Amino acid sequence: MTMRFHAEPIEFTRQPGLGAPVWAARAADGDDLMRFAVSVHRHEGRLAALWGEDRRQRGEGFRLHCVFALDEGHLWLDLDLPAENPVYPDLAGIFPAANRMQRATRDLVGIAFEGGSGGGDARPWLRHGAWPADWHPLRHDAGEGGGFPNDPSDYDFVQVGGEGAHEIPVGPIHAGIIEPGHFRFSVIGERVLRLEQRLGYQHKGVEKLFIGGSIADGARLAGRISGDSTCAYAWAYAAAVEAACGVNPPPRALMLRALMLERERVANHLGDLGALGNDAALAFGFSQFMRLKEDWLRVNGALFGHRFMMDRIVPGGTASDLEAPALRAIVDQCDAIGREVKDLRKIYDEHAGLQDRFQTTGTIHADLARELSLTGVAARATGLILDGRAHRQGYTPPPPYAALGVRPATDERGDVAARAAVRFAEIFESLRLLQEIAVGLPDSELCIEFAPVADAHGLGVIEGWRGEVLVGVALDGAGRLARVHPHDPSWQAWPALEHAVMKDIVPDFPLINKSFNLSYSGHDL
Amino acid sequence: MIPLIKRILRTGIVTEKRPEPVESVEIAREMRQLSDDILRILGRALTIRQVDAGSCNGCELEIHALNNPYYNLEGYGIKFVASPRHADMLLVTGPVTKNMENALKVAYDCTPDPKLVVAVGDCGCTGGVFGASYASCGAVENVIPVDVRVPGCPPTPVALLQGILAAIRR
Ligand code: SF4
Repeated sequence: MTMRFHAEPIEFTRQPGLGAPVWAARAADGDDLMRFAVSVHRHEGRLAALWGEDRRQRGEGFRLHCVFALDEGHLWLDLDLPAENPVYPDLAGIFPAANRMQRATRDLVGIAFEGGSGGGDARPWLRHGAWPADWHPLRHDAGEGGGFPNDPSDYDFVQVGGEGAHEIPVGPIHAGIIEPGHFRFSVIGERVLRLEQRLGYQHKGVEKLFIGGSIADGARLAGRISGDSTCAYAWAYAAAVEAACGVNPPPRALMLRALMLERERVANHLGDLGALGNDAALAFGFSQFMRLKEDWLRVNGALFGHRFMMDRIVPGGTASDLEAPALRAIVDQCDAIGREVKDLRKIYDEHAGLQDRFQTTGTIHADLARELSLTGVAARATGLILDGRAHRQGYTPPPPYAALGVRPATDERGDVAARAAVRFAEIFESLRLLQEIAVGLPDSELCIEFAPVADAHGLGVIEGWRGEVLVGVALDGAGRLARVHPHDPSWQAWPALEHAVMKDIVPDFPLINKSFNLSYSGHDL
Repeated sequence: MIPLIKRILRTGIVTEKRPEPVESVEIAREMRQLSDDILRILGRALTIRQVDAGSCNGCELEIHALNNPYYNLEGYGIKFVASPRHADMLLVTGPVTKNMENALKVAYDCTPDPKLVVAVGDCGCTGGVFGASYASCGAVENVIPVDVRVPGCPPTPVALLQGILAAIRR
C-alpha cells in the first residue's frame, strides 16, 4: 500500500504487520527532505526521531533516518548520503528537537548538517572527550575504540549577561538517588533566567553493542536502554524486528504485552506521584504511594519472576504466560489499588500546601509542546491529545489497543499540577485496561519461532509510560543486527524542561524536574 | 512493621502463588538483625551516598524502594546523604561510563576514610550487558576499590540490604 501526505510528491509504502502505522520512503535529495520537513511542520506534525547509519561496508555511503509523525502515523524518511563528505540539511530551524539528535549523530556516525534551515548547534553532545572528535564509534571501520585518553573537554555553556545575573552549576552527580547530568542555571536572586542542560554522562555505547549481534542479543540490550521503561523498549524492539521479518506475534502475546506495558505505566506513575508529594513536603503521600508501588512490584515478581518484567517481551511473542489464578489476582489487585489511589487523589486535590506548590509551577503550553515535538505525559498535560494507544481522527491504534478503546488523559494547565493529574487519570485508565485484558485474554500460542530476514528493516513505536518510544532496526545480509537505534521520548522532553523552569525559582526545580521525570540513560545511550 | 505485614497479608494476591507474606516475614527478620548490627558496629547511623555512574536506571528503582515503608531504611538508622563528605559508604551502580569516570573518582576521594564501597547490579559488578568499551570502563572496581558486590539485574531490595549488611560486617 502506498500513500502520499499533504500533496507532497514523496510516495510512502506502508510497513507490514500489526505494529503502529508506519510508512517508509526515501528522499531524492536534501532539498526533498527539507521540503517534506517543512510540510510536516506546517501541518502540526512532529519530528519523532533522527539517526544515522554507516552503509559503506555494503558499497554504499551513509544513510540519514528521520521519523516524522502526523495524525495518521509515523513517516520514516531516509536520505542516502555519499561516503565522502556526508552532509545533510540542518533541520533544527524547522524542528528544534532535531538539534541534539543532529549533534549526537555527528558524534557517533560522523555525518553532519550543513545549510538547510539553520539553527543547528555545532558543539558535541554525547562526546565529552573520552574519544577524539575525528573518531566515530558507529562507523564500521572504527574498530572497538578504547585506549583513548579520557580527556573531559571544557563545554561552552551559553553565557547569560545582565546585571546581577550569576550561574549555579549542578551535577553531574546530584543530591539524591538519581541519574547523572549537568544543569547550569543562570539566575537573578532566586529567579531562573535560563537553564542549560549538558547530558551524555550515561553514554555507555549501547548502539555500538547492538551491531553484529543476534536478534535475541538485541532484545536483552533493548530491555536495558532505560530500566524504568524496559517493557516499552522490549516491545518496540520486538515490533521493529517482527515488521522487518514479516511475522506477527500471536494474539495472546499481544494482550500479555499490553498487560505488562500497563503494569509498567502504573508502577512508574505510582512512584512519581509519591515523589511529587515528597518534593512538596507531603511525606505521607510519599510513603503511601511507595507502599502501593511495592505491592505492585511484588505481584510482578510473583507472576512474572521479575519485579520489572525484564526480558518477558521477546521478538515473536512473550516469554511468560499467566494462568487463571494469576489473572484473578490481577483483577483483585487493580480493584484494591484503584480504591486507594482514589482516596489519595482526594487528599492530593484537597491539600492546600501541595496544590500551592503544584499549581502554576513549571508551566509550558500546548504551542511550545507542539513546537518541541513533545509526546507523553508532559504533552498531554498541555492539552495535546497525543496517545499512540488511543483512536483519533485518521488514526487507528495497533492491536490490542484498537479493541480496548483507550481514553487518553489530558489537562490544559501545563504545570506540575497538570502532570500529576494526568498521571492520576492514566493510573485509573490502565487499571481498567488491565482488568479488561485479564478477563479477555485470548487463547493462542505465546511465541512464534521465525528466521531472520536478510537486509530487512523495521520500526517499532510504543506509547510508554513517559511518552513515545521508538526503535529502528536494520538487519544485515546474514540476518544479524546491522544497526539498532532506540529513541527515548526524553530527547524531546529535556528541552521542554529547560523552558518549564524559566521564571520559576531555583528551589522549585526539583519538583518541576520530578514532574517530568525524564530518562538520562534512555537519552544518553 | 507488624501492621504493614498484616497489610500485605490482607492485600496479597489470592492465588496459589503467594510468596510475599513469607518473604515479608523474612525481610522483617533480616531488617531487625541489620539494625542491631549497625548499632553494634557503627554505634550511630550509617550514611550512604548513592552514585549512579552509568546504570540503565533499573538499579536505582530498587535502591529507591529501600526507602518505602516495607524496607524503611531510615527507620533502621541508614540514611542516604547528599554529599560524599558525609558518607560512610558509597553505593555505586554501573557500568562506569567514561563520561562518569572522573566524577566517580572525585566522589570517592571526597568520602572520608574509612569508607566502604558497594558495587550494585550485574553492571556494577562486572559491566553486565554493557561491558567495557570505548564508552564504558565496565565494573566499578575498574575505577575505584570495591568492598562488596551485589549482583542482580537489578538486585532486589532484599539483596541490596544483604549487601549493605555484608559491607558493615567486614
Ligand atoms: S544491572 Fe541491570 S538494572 Fe542494573 S544498571 Fe545494569 S542493566 Fe540496569
